[in-house]
Amino acid sequence: MEIQDIIRPENKVYSAPELLDQNVHMHYCPGCSHGVIHKLLAEVIAEMGLAEKTVGVSPVGCAVFAYNYIDVDWVEAAHGRAPAVATAISRLWPEDVVFTYQGDGDMSAIGTAESIHAANRGENIVMVFVNNAIYGMTGGQMAPTTLVGQKTATTPYGRRVDLNGHPLEITNLMAILDGTCYVTRQSVHTPANVRKTKAALKKAFQNALDKKGTSVVEVVATCNSGWKMSPEKANEWMAEHMFAKYPLGDLKDVK
Amino acid sequence: MKEEVRLMKGNEAIAHAAIRYGCDGYFGYPITPQSEVLETLEELMPWETTGMVVLQAESEVAAINMVYGGAASGKAVMTSSSSPGVSLKQEGISYIAAASLPALILNVMRGGPGLGTIQPSQADYFQATKGGGHGDYHLIVLAPSTVQEMVDFVGLGFDLAFKYTNPAMILADGIVGQMMEKVVLPEQRPRRTEEEIRRQCPWAADGRKGGRKRNVVTSLELESSRMEEINHVLQARYREIEKNETRWEEIDVEGADYLIVAFGSIARICTKAKELAAEKGIKVGIVRPITLWPFPTEAIARAAEGKKGILCVELNAGQMIEDVRLAVHDNLPVEHFGRLGGIIPSPDEVVKALEEKIIR
Repeated sequence: MEIQDIIRPENKVYSAPELLDQNVHMHYCPGCSHGVIHKLLAEVIAEMGLAEKTVGVSPVGCAVFAYNYIDVDWVEAAHGRAPAVATAISRLWPEDVVFTYQGDGDMSAIGTAESIHAANRGENIVMVFVNNAIYGMTGGQMAPTTLVGQKTATTPYGRRVDLNGHPLEITNLMAILDGTCYVTRQSVHTPANVRKTKAALKKAFQNALDKKGTSVVEVVATCNSGWKMSPEKANEWMAEHMFAKYPLGDLKDVK
Repeated sequence: MKEEVRLMKGNEAIAHAAIRYGCDGYFGYPITPQSEVLETLEELMPWETTGMVVLQAESEVAAINMVYGGAASGKAVMTSSSSPGVSLKQEGISYIAAASLPALILNVMRGGPGLGTIQPSQADYFQATKGGGHGDYHLIVLAPSTVQEMVDFVGLGFDLAFKYTNPAMILADGIVGQMMEKVVLPEQRPRRTEEEIRRQCPWAADGRKGGRKRNVVTSLELESSRMEEINHVLQARYREIEKNETRWEEIDVEGADYLIVAFGSIARICTKAKELAAEKGIKVGIVRPITLWPFPTEAIARAAEGKKGILCVELNAGQMIEDVRLAVHDNLPVEHFGRLGGIIPSPDEVVKALEEKIIR
């Protein structure tokens, strides 16, 4: 059998998502979780036929450049303000599906008020929350979600509760708000988890289409550069330490 | 709704004017002395008539970022606040200006600094005209002196904001926000259709309708040479606005010996002061800048020719006077008179200040 006999359309098992821009210079570090999450969003939006009615709101943080990768309309928000920006677009263009893409600083530090209140109003938006327990873009400082004992540029001896307070489980807060319809915590460190995250994103986008309220999809993620680990070691460290504080699974799913 | 004559507060008039202009969305947070804007909109329920969105946000910060989002999607959106709240909005305003978005912001100024007072002030002149937030940018700043101008400047502000894709600010004060006057409300304009929005705002992030190329609204550019170019584009626009949109009013400037420069409601007090001065044989002319940015520099320089002195009357410690001095290059005496802390001067006080500071 020649190679040409194998490369045939009917044998194709995978292709790059049509909405993932292939011409962009990749700015994420090798091993970073953002790439997988971007790919899943591109797949979900395309598969649900939403390319021409989706608006993404990108955060400040590493994912500020999300708009370079996924071929939908984007608005780049000020740090923490993505849910406010998304609120207006969603209300003014109710036929559109609007999602925010926020890191742990954006969602649970500077943008806590905007995030909580958008969810509490039950805005028909999807909030994608990438929690890697560190500030990647600015060089690896402590995030609200940094674990106790975790070393960062601003907790060089490890996070101390007496100095820095406790890791913030913002997603748990979101789940108790009446405005949220679906709150889930996922990861993308194994193929099985990637598939679960994709299913979660699909459900969240469907909720927005169905005007059911706010959906929050937290993705517990790695920042191997910020954590100063190899990608493989970062995945192991995440499974060993992060999931204890941030257990995976649905926190809320209103039928 | 047809054109209509009503008696109402400036803040209420803003709400009516916004609906009648065909505004798509208002996002605000209560603060004295401008809470009637949001209250009136909630009472009028425009979402039932024109389809206008009205939302009480969780903060001024959220409200201005809602305006940023709405403007980025091509809609005609606005917010209103008063001085401390407008300080909170400065980050968002800088983003709106940097991203070249049309939007309307109302500041009904109160006394500061800090939490200050709820009484009228004009102490946000610097903030409004010199940028306010970070970076090199300008708002188009309109200063209403009557409730009628509150109404008119909603339309003018939106029109200029869309013409130049640049945010506009109505810089009012607690006097014009709170006082009641006769006002002519314009006929209801229909809100733009989605087609009209797409034609007018091809840059808008409203979903890639029709499969067009994606629109990205951002103020970020890490490549220095491109960021410099973006700044040059903004600066060229500001020069264009300066050339085309400078507005002012002159009252009895010809034949006057002295000039008063004042904006907003204080210009009306100065008009009365001018009459009192005339009774004493003092001939005073008034220049009232209507656009505070662009500032009527040349008009003031022309008006100052042959005059013996200029008194700048402002409800602050001396802010606009800097622009007046630049306009006349200190070729004649320029002095400031103002009351602080929310106190409004009487026309007598203005005449006295003119006599003491300029005529001597």
